Amino acid sequence: MATSSTAPRTGPNTPSDSLPEHLTLDDRVGLLRAMLLMRTLEERAMNLYRQGKVPGSFYDGFGQEAVSVGAAWAMAAVDRLCVLHRDLGAHLVRGVQPDRILSQYMGREDGITAGRDGNVHFGDYRTGCVGMVSMLADMMLVATGMAMAFKLRGEQRCALTCFGDGSTSRGDFHEAMNWAGVQKLPVIFVLENNQFAYSTPTHQQYAVNPIERAQTYGFPGVSVDGNDAEAMFEATRVARVRALEGGGPTLIEAVTMRMHGHAAHDDMKYVPKALFEEWRKKDPIDRQSARVAAHGVDVEALKTEVRDQVEQAAATALAGPMPDPESATERVFHPRDADEILLEDGAAPWSGFVTSSEGHRSR
Amino acid sequence: MTGGRNPTLTYLQAISDGLRSEMREDERVLLMGQDIGVFGGAFKVTDGFIEEFGVDRVMDTPLAESGIVGTAVGAAVVGMRPVCEMQFADFVSCGFDQIINVAAKMLYRQGLPVNITVRLPSGGGFSGGPFHSQNPEAWFMHSPGIKVVAPSTAQDAKGMIIASIRDPNPVVFMEHKNLYRRIKGEVPEGSYETPFKARVAREGSDLVVITYGAMVHRALEATEDLDDAEIMVLDLRTLKPLDEQAILAAVRTCSKVIIVDEANETCAAGAQVAALIAEHGFEDLDGPIVRVASPDVPIPFSPPLEEAVLPSVDRVREACRQLLEY
Repeated sequence: MATSSTAPRTGPNTPSDSLPEHLTLDDRVGLLRAMLLMRTLEERAMNLYRQGKVPGSFYDGFGQEAVSVGAAWAMAAVDRLCVLHRDLGAHLVRGVQPDRILSQYMGREDGITAGRDGNVHFGDYRTGCVGMVSMLADMMLVATGMAMAFKLRGEQRCALTCFGDGSTSRGDFHEAMNWAGVQKLPVIFVLENNQFAYSTPTHQQYAVNPIERAQTYGFPGVSVDGNDAEAMFEATRVARVRALEGGGPTLIEAVTMRMHGHAAHDDMKYVPKALFEEWRKKDPIDRQSARVAAHGVDVEALKTEVRDQVEQAAATALAGPMPDPESATERVFHPRDADEILLEDGAAPWSGFVTSSEGHRSR
Repeated sequence: MTGGRNPTLTYLQAISDGLRSEMREDERVLLMGQDIGVFGGAFKVTDGFIEEFGVDRVMDTPLAESGIVGTAVGAAVVGMRPVCEMQFADFVSCGFDQIINVAAKMLYRQGLPVNITVRLPSGGGFSGGPFHSQNPEAWFMHSPGIKVVAPSTAQDAKGMIIASIRDPNPVVFMEHKNLYRRIKGEVPEGSYETPFKARVAREGSDLVVITYGAMVHRALEATEDLDDAEIMVLDLRTLKPLDEQAILAAVRTCSKVIIVDEANETCAAGAQVAALIAEHGFEDLDGPIVRVASPDVPIPFSPPLEEAVLPSVDRVREACRQLLEY
């Protein structure tokens, strides 16, 4: 597995060690920790895949950790998320436990979907997340609908959804952007531009950058360095404030790069080597590590701690049972007399919420 | 009303009455659709609703079927009870993905129920042509996680729209356009639910016609006075899940079965009924299972062509007569 500890820290990647206005040092370390946990978990899962313990294929977000971690860090407990297959970091920020994620990848009973769906096709409703479907851009409409309900009920909450550059070609992208614009809904659209939809580069995906298209739907689009967790946090925080103040949606384009293949079977031979090398230097974990190291944080100790956590999670997951075949036909319909189940609040670790008596208040 | 008699409503008025009743009782209920607010809907099912419930709860949406269903799913999982109107059942093809892949599989995958109702004004018989006449119920029967209901009477239409809204699962509510103003009946006032079970529309013991929706009325007409035979008409009311017990009980009683679908024949709801009987009711049969359905062609526009396609009273009667003689 490639590590990026040798990446040069010069030029555009020079870390800023001054504290941003809305992040404490604990926040900055928290961002790094969540990204490290995502990468370490996914590396461990890829390892389990190669050992034949993860059925199907395996999809990861190597190199894109800053996008979902930074965005989720800005979301309140009462906010709701629909994130995608490169966004494991958002689930971790919201409080999904690593052993349940590895169980999920291995199709085991204790996985979030109890073996009914694979890889990162999950959402733990107890953390306020709706799991994605494979039809891309679909979840943009679900997030838009959640925001619609918040607005109808006059609640101070918002919804966030991630999707890729390929999604922008589908009709649901248009329907969601248009609907959210017409109704001025509190929804944040995070476009994860990782340069390739499977093997298709963005210049074969669209003639006009989606950021420009946002204006035509009646709301702003902002382009952000998607490999900078703090920049992602800040853009999302601003979009959330705007949403809660009634300003409507924001499209955030997180410019990043998919550093692995679409899935484990994909050798990425269609990616020019030079492009890959250029992005290697922009690794989001290296960048955040340098920032907190400048404040005296022992990053190596943090990495060790995360590795230990993942090893423990792997042990727990590997000890867990496979699902009972009898359960395959259960839970197709919810019984009328059963309790109502709705999305519940997730963790919201940002210091801005922790210090606030009401988790949903924006700062 | 006086004297305790229930008011007589059309099938359409009964659906409106059910929606209104549930909106008054449950503030989570939200109507979404194209032209349903100010205009009151293409068929006027929600006429006057916007005055009583306001623009937020009777929402005129953009012309976007996927948008309607997808946002309804989002609203449902945070506590609303959306009722979506497709202007015509045919247009649900544009919202198909959100129903099949997002709504229907959410509970199975994640344990999160999706309480949405999708109203589909369906069926032909009035020169609607290929895009305003379809009966797409089987599309949804084939996808696990969706309930499919199709009332045939005014009383059931009200009770089943209320039951659909209260059901915690995605429900596709087939409302036949050709029944809207043609069918009337006494409808109880206030709130009530009609269970998702079959109903014997007419008792009989010589032959049973199993059908649903508008074809219930066609079957009743076709067999009203047929060579003194005692013909049962079984109204399925719910297509998914099928009321298998009621179907097999009717076969046991009658031994001869005609299944009528207005939908195109291949893989229609009636095909599933036929398969069920062949598998579990074979010993009770005294003749072949006979199906009457629209042939596998798009529903044509011109009256003589459309009449040639949709199951007619004569076709149903002739099928019954032949089977009785078997």
